[in-house]
Amino acid sequence: MTDVLLPLAIAVPIVAATLPIALGLWYDDIGWPIAAVATTAVVGIAAGIVAEVAIGGRFTHALGTYQPPIGIELVADQLSAAVLALIALVSLATLAFSRVAGPRGNPFYSGYLLLVGGLVGMALTGDLFNMFVFLEIVGITTYALIAADRSGASAYASLKYLVVGTVGASLYLVGVGYAFLATGTLNMVDMREQIVAQAGYGDPLIQASYALIVAGLALKIALFPVHTWQPDAYQRAPDAVTAVVAALVSTTSAYALIRVTYTVFTVDFLAANDAITTGILLVSGASILAGSVLAAMQSDLKRMFAYSSVAQFGMIGAAIALANETALLGGIVHLIGHGLLKFGLFLGVGTLALGYGVRRIEDAASAAREAPFTAGAIALLGLGLVGIPPSVGFLGKWYIGVGAVESSMAGAGPAGIAVAVVIFVSTLFTLSYVARLIERFYFAGVGLPGGHGDDAVGHDDDPTGGRDTDPAGVAADGGNESGDDHTGDGDAPDDGHVPVAPVEGAPRLSLVPDRVPPASLAVLVLTALVTVALGFGGFALSEWFGPFLTEVFA
Amino acid sequence: MTDVASAGVDAAVASAGVVDVLATRHAYVAFAVLLCIGLYMMIANPHLVKKIIGLNLFQTAIFLLFIASAYVEGGSIPIVPSGDVEAGTFVSPLPHVIVLTAIVVGVSLTAVGLALCIRIYDEYGTLRTDTLRELMRDEGSLPVESAVNGDAPAEGADASAAVDDATADGGGADD
Repeated sequence: MTDVLLPLAIAVPIVAATLPIALGLWYDDIGWPIAAVATTAVVGIAAGIVAEVAIGGRFTHALGTYQPPIGIELVADQLSAAVLALIALVSLATLAFSRVAGPRGNPFYSGYLLLVGGLVGMALTGDLFNMFVFLEIVGITTYALIAADRSGASAYASLKYLVVGTVGASLYLVGVGYAFLATGTLNMVDMREQIVAQAGYGDPLIQASYALIVAGLALKIALFPVHTWQPDAYQRAPDAVTAVVAALVSTTSAYALIRVTYTVFTVDFLAANDAITTGILLVSGASILAGSVLAAMQSDLKRMFAYSSVAQFGMIGAAIALANETALLGGIVHLIGHGLLKFGLFLGVGTLALGYGVRRIEDAASAAREAPFTAGAIALLGLGLVGIPPSVGFLGKWYIGVGAVESSMAGAGPAGIAVAVVIFVSTLFTLSYVARLIERFYFAGVGLPGGHGDDAVGHDDDPTGGRDTDPAGVAADGGNESGDDHTGDGDAPDDGHVPVAPVEGAPRLSLVPDRVPPASLAVLVLTALVTVALGFGGFALSEWFGPFLTEVFA
Repeated sequence: MTDVASAGVDAAVASAGVVDVLATRHAYVAFAVLLCIGLYMMIANPHLVKKIIGLNLFQTAIFLLFIASAYVEGGSIPIVPSGDVEAGTFVSPLPHVIVLTAIVVGVSLTAVGLALCIRIYDEYGTLRTDTLRELMRDEGSLPVESAVNGDAPAEGADASAAVDDATADGGGADD
C-alpha cells in the first residue's frame, strides 16, 4: 500500500494550493501557515518514499488503476527519491525565509504550492507526456512567482523567461511526439523496449526526437547559448523566489534530461550516435567556460551566482554526455549538491540584503565583522561551489572529472581530457569570484571607523584582532561607537569601501551579532553544514545511487 | 554515411514528387511552416503581444502534428458503445487527449503572458521591446552601455546583458 505515497506527494501540495485563495476570502495571512503545513506534509511523505526505496528499491504506482503502458505510472527509484528529498527539504526551508522576506499575500503561496507539486511530479512521473505537463506547471508557476516582485523589470524578465521557456517545453513536446510516432507508447520503460523493437537507435525519427528533447530541456536548464533568460530572471525575482527557483527548477529539468537519456534512450543510444554526444559535450563545455567567465565579471551578487549556475549545469550536461558510470554518478551528486549550494548562497545573499541592504560585491565590505555567522556561512558555501573538500561541491566535480579522464583512458578520444581541463579552468574562475567576495567580507574596510582592525589602531593589538576578537562584543553595536579612537593615518581606502551597516529596523539577536532574521540565519547555517556533511558521505552516496547506475549501465 | 545516402535518396524521391508530398502529407508540411512562422515571429517582432501570438502559432503547429499523426484513412471516431464488439478501423484517440491537455497548457501560458504584458504596459506605457529597453536603461534596470557595445560576450558584463536582450527579444533595433 505504500505506493499510494507517490500520488499523495503530488496531490497534497496541488490540492493545498487552492486553500490560500479560498480561505483568503475570510483570513488575511492564511497563506504562509497553509504552505508550511503542506510542505511539512510533503517532507513527511518524501521521507516515507525514501525509506521505502532504501528498503525495497524501485517501486511504482499505476494512476487511476489503469495499468501501464496505457495508464500513467509514477515511479520512485534511487535517483528520483534523492531529487524528491531535495525538493521537499528546500521548499520547506525557503518558507522560513519567505516569512520575513516576502512576497506576502495568499496568491503567492498558492503559486508556491503549485510549484512544489509540479516539481514533485517531475521527479516521480514515469510517463513522457506527463513529464511535459509537470514541466509546464513548474514553468507557469515560476513565471508568476518571478513577477511577484511587482516591479516592471521583474515582469519583463518573467515574460522573457516565459517566451524562451515555452519554446523549450514545446520543443520537448515535439521530441516526445516524434518518439511517440516511432513507438506508439509514452511510458518511459515501455518506450525503451519499443525503441529497440520497432525503430532502432539509428532511426532518424528517434535521433531527431532525442535531439529535440535535449534542445528543449537545455533551454529550461539554461545551458550556454540559450541561457539568456536566466540571469535576469534570478536577479529580478524576489529573494525568496530566487532561492527556491535556483535550487530546484533548473535542477529538476536536468533530472528530466538524465531520466530521459538513461531510462528511455539508454547508454547504447548515446554510444550509437557519436554526433549527438559530441554536440552535447561541446555545448556543455562552452557552457562551463562562458558561465564561469561571465560570473567572474558580475558585481551584482545574485547575477554572479546566476551565471555560475550556467557553468555548473554545463558540468552536469557533460557528465550526461560522457555516458560513463563515474561521470554520471558525479553528475547526479553535483545535481543535488549544486541545488543545496545555490539554495544556501541565494538565501545568504537575500539574508544579507534583508539585514544590511547589501546587493553588490562593493557593498559587502567588512560584512564578516558585522555579521560573522551569515558571512561565514556564505563563505563556506562559496568555497563549496569552488570545489574545496570537504564539501559536496568537491565530490560532484571530482567524480565528473575522474569519469571524464576514465572515458579518455578507455579509448573514447580526447574529449574526456578536454572536459576535465575545462572543469579545472572553470574551478579557477569560480575561485576568482568567490575569493573576491571573501576578500570583501573579511579584508575590505581595514582601517576605517567600524571596519576591520579598527580597534587595533592606537593599541598594540594583533593586527588581525578585528576578526578574531569576540565578534559579539565588537560588532553588535555595529556603527561608529567603536571608531572613537580612529587616528586616520591617511591610507584609508576610497569611498566605495564603507563597511556594511544594518538597515533601519534590522532585528537584534541575543546570541549572535548578526542583524538578520533568526530563522533564515538558522536555515542558512544549517544548509552550509549539510553541504559539508554530505561531502564526507561520498561512499554513502555512491552506495545509494549504485543500483540506479548498475541498472542503466547493465 | 548511410544516413547521408538515404537522405539523398529521400531528396531524390521528394523532388520527383513534390506535388505528391504536398497532396498526401500537407498536414506535416503545414506543421513545419507554422512552426517556423511562429518561431520567426517570436524572434523578429518587437511587439510583446505579437511575440505571444507567435508563441501560440508555434504551439498550434505542434497540435497539428499530433492530430495529423492520429488520422487513419477511413477511420471512424473511436467511440464504441457498451456491448458492441464491432472491430472497425478507428483513429487513434491518444494523440487527441494529448492535444486537449496541451491546449489547456497553452491557454494558461497565454493568460500568464498577457497578464505580464498588462503589468509591463502599466509600468512603462509601451509594449515595444526597443522602447522598453530604453526606458529600463533610463530607470537603471538595464546597464547604460548595453546599446552601444557589440555582440561579443567577452566585452564585459554590460555587453553580456545586451547580448542577452538581443537574443531573447530578437533585437528590436532592426525595426
